[in-house]
Amino acid sequence: MTIGTSLRIAVLGLVAAIAVGGTAQAGPTLDKVKQAGSLSCGVPTGVPGFAQPDSQGKYAGFDVDVCRALSAALFADPDKVKYVPLTAQQRFTALQSGEVEILSNNTTWTLQRDTDLGFNFGPVVFYDGQGFMVPKKLGVKTGKDLNGATICVQPGTTTELNLADYFRANKMEFKPVVIEKVDEIYAAFFSGRCDVMTGDASALAAQRIGRASNPDDYIVLAERISKEPLAPVVRHGDEQWHDIVDWVVFALIQAEESGMTKANVDDMLKSDDPNIKRMLGVTPGMGKALGLDEKWAYNEVKMVGNYGEIFDKHLGLGSPLKLERGYNNLWTKGGLLYAIPIR
Amino acid sequence: MASDSAAIAVRQGRPAPWRDPWLRGIVLQVLFVAVIAALIAFFVSNTIVNLRRQSIASGFGFLNREAAFGIGESLIAYSPADTYARAFLVGLTNTLYVSAIGIVLATILGTVMGLARLSSNWLVAKLAAIYVETFRNIPLALQLLFWWALLRGAAPPPREAWQPLPGVFVSNRGILFPVPREDPAHLTMAIACVIGIAIAYAVHRWARRRQEATGQQFPAGWAGLGLVIGLPLAVFLAYGAPLTLDWPALRGFNFAGGSGASPEFGALLVGLVVYTGTFIAEIVRAGILAVSWGQSEAAMALGLRSGHRMRLVVLPQALRVIVPPMTSEYLSLTKNSSLAVIIGFPDLVSIANTTINQTGQAVEGIAMIMAVYLVISLAISLAMNLYNRAVALVER
Repeated sequence: MTIGTSLRIAVLGLVAAIAVGGTAQAGPTLDKVKQAGSLSCGVPTGVPGFAQPDSQGKYAGFDVDVCRALSAALFADPDKVKYVPLTAQQRFTALQSGEVEILSNNTTWTLQRDTDLGFNFGPVVFYDGQGFMVPKKLGVKTGKDLNGATICVQPGTTTELNLADYFRANKMEFKPVVIEKVDEIYAAFFSGRCDVMTGDASALAAQRIGRASNPDDYIVLAERISKEPLAPVVRHGDEQWHDIVDWVVFALIQAEESGMTKANVDDMLKSDDPNIKRMLGVTPGMGKALGLDEKWAYNEVKMVGNYGEIFDKHLGLGSPLKLERGYNNLWTKGGLLYAIPIR
Repeated sequence: MASDSAAIAVRQGRPAPWRDPWLRGIVLQVLFVAVIAALIAFFVSNTIVNLRRQSIASGFGFLNREAAFGIGESLIAYSPADTYARAFLVGLTNTLYVSAIGIVLATILGTVMGLARLSSNWLVAKLAAIYVETFRNIPLALQLLFWWALLRGAAPPPREAWQPLPGVFVSNRGILFPVPREDPAHLTMAIACVIGIAIAYAVHRWARRRQEATGQQFPAGWAGLGLVIGLPLAVFLAYGAPLTLDWPALRGFNFAGGSGASPEFGALLVGLVVYTGTFIAEIVRAGILAVSWGQSEAAMALGLRSGHRMRLVVLPQALRVIVPPMTSEYLSLTKNSSLAVIIGFPDLVSIANTTINQTGQAVEGIAMIMAVYLVISLAISLAMNLYNRAVALVER
C-alpha cells in the first residue's frame, strides 16, 4: 500500500476534482448511502483502542463505534459499514473524492481544514492534546529538555505543525523523522532511531501498550503542547448529512447524561420524561426532522451503547489502555461533553 | 515518374471524397486532435467547477505561505518559518542529490559486476551472477525497508556510538565525520581546479593531434590528473595549508558539528545503487558480448595491447549498444528515488505529500511533482543523447 501512496493520492485527488455528477448538492449523501445499503467510513490504519482489526479481522475501537452508531441510526443495524483504513495523508482526498462518506479518523478540527479543504466537522468526540513519549532512561522531565532531539512524527498531521511551532516558540532545535505508515514510524521509534515520539497523547498511550516490547521502559510526558479536538468529518455542501452526523454524536452523549445504557434502554421506552420520549421516538418528530427512522437514537444506544459505555470499553478502565475520562467526561462531571438539546 | 503520373490520375479522377485516402487521412487526423482537445477541455473545466462547488481552495498561492513543518535533512538552509516553495526546493535538491550520487555509484558497481560476470574466473563470475539474480528479483521497496532496518537496527544509540576512526562516529542516527571548516582558500582552490580541467582538456587535444600527425604518444591522462589535483594542491600550500576540521561531538541528545549521512539517506542510496546496479551489469555484459570476438582477434593481430584493445576497439562498439538502455536505467533510478517516502527520507515526493496534506491542494501538488520529474527525466535523456552522439561510431 505504501508504494502506491502518492499514486493513490494523485488518483483520488484527480477523481475528486473530475468526478462527474457532483457530490455536493443538497442531501444526496443520505440517498446514496441508503441506496448502497451501507456506509463507507474512513478509519485510521491501526491505533489500538481507536480502530484496529480484531482477531477475526473485524474493525473495533472508539472511532469504529462512532460509525457503528451512525449505521445503527441509518439502518437499524450497526454493522452496515464498510471500513476504509486511511493514513493521515490519504484521508482528506478520500473524503473529498467520495470514496468515504465520513471520516472517523482522529482528525483534529482546525480552521483551515474546515475551510480550504472543503469539509465540515461534527461535534468533538474526543478532547486530546499533543504529547511526547520518551524512553525512561533518557531522564527527560518536560518538553523543554528536548533541545537537539530527533523526533519521530507522522506527516500530514497537525502534530507535525505543532511540533515545529513548539520548538520555534522555545528557541530549540530538533530533527524530524517523518514516515507515513503507523507501523514503520513506531518501529523506528521503538528501535531507537528517534529520541522522542510525538502525537496525540491518547494515541501515544495506546501505542505504548500495543507495540512496545516492554511498555514500562517508556513514558508519556504529562505536558500537552496543543489542543487536539478530534471530530468526525464530512464533505462541505450537504447540510442534511452534516446534521445527521451532529445529532448521532449528540445522542450518544445525551444518552449517557440521561442515564440510558445498552441494558436499560428498553425500560426507558416506558419513561414518562418527555425529553426521553422525544429522543427515543416514543413521541415522534425528531427522526422525521433528520430524515431518519424515529427509532434512530434508540437503535444507537441499544446496539452500540452510550458515550460512556463506548469510552470505557475501548479506551477507559475496561480496556488495556486505562485512559482517564478527563476532559472527555460529561459537563455535569467536570468534563467538556455537552450535548445540545434534542427537541 | 510513372507512379507520380498514376497518382495524379487517381487524384484527378476522385470518385467521392470519402473514398479518397488522402482526404480521409486529413479529416481523421483533424477529428482525432479535436476529440483529444475536447476531452482535455472537459476534464479541466470539470475539475475547476467541482473544486469550486466543494469549496476546495485552488491555485498556487499557497507556495508563498509559511510551511511551518520541519524537515530532517536539507542541503540548503531551511527552517519551519520558510515558505512552501522553499520546502519544495529542499525536497528537489534532496532528490537530485541522491539521484546524482546514485547514478555514479550504480554505474561503477554495474560495470564492475558486468565485467565480473564475463570473467574467466569461475568464482568471480558466479558471485556476480548471484548478485545480479538476487537483487534484480526482489522489489526495491522491500530492499529499502531491509537496508533501513539494518542501518538503524545494527548501529548503537548515539551515546554509545562506534568510533572506527578518530572523529568518525557511527550510530543509529547515521554516520558522521569531520569536515574542513570553511576557508577563503576553498574558493581559490575550486577556481584552480576548474583551470586545471581546462588545461588538461587542451593538453589532451594537443596530444591527440600530435599522435595523429607524428605517431608519437604523450601520457595525456597522467598529465591531466596531475593538473586537476596539483593546481588546487599548490594553491592550498600557497595559502599556508589552512586546515581546521569541524569535529562532530556528542552534545545533549545528538551529535553537533561535522557532516554525514542519516540512515534514511544511506538506506535509500544503497538500495537504489544495488538494485539499479544489477540492470546496469546486464546491460554492460550484453554490450560487450555484442562485439564479436573477431574484432578482438583483429586488434590482437594488429599488435594492440589488451588495454588499447578494450579502449580503442571493443568499447566504442559496445557503447553503441550500452548507452541507450543505460539512459533508461538512469531515468528509473531517479524516479525510484521517490520510494524514499517509505523510509522517511525527505525527498521531493515526501515533502510534496506533506504540503498537499497541509494545504489540501492535491491537484496542484501532483501537477508540480509530475512537472518536476518530467523536466529531470528530459534533462537526463538529453544529456545521455548528446553523450551517445559523441561516442557513437562514425559510420562511413
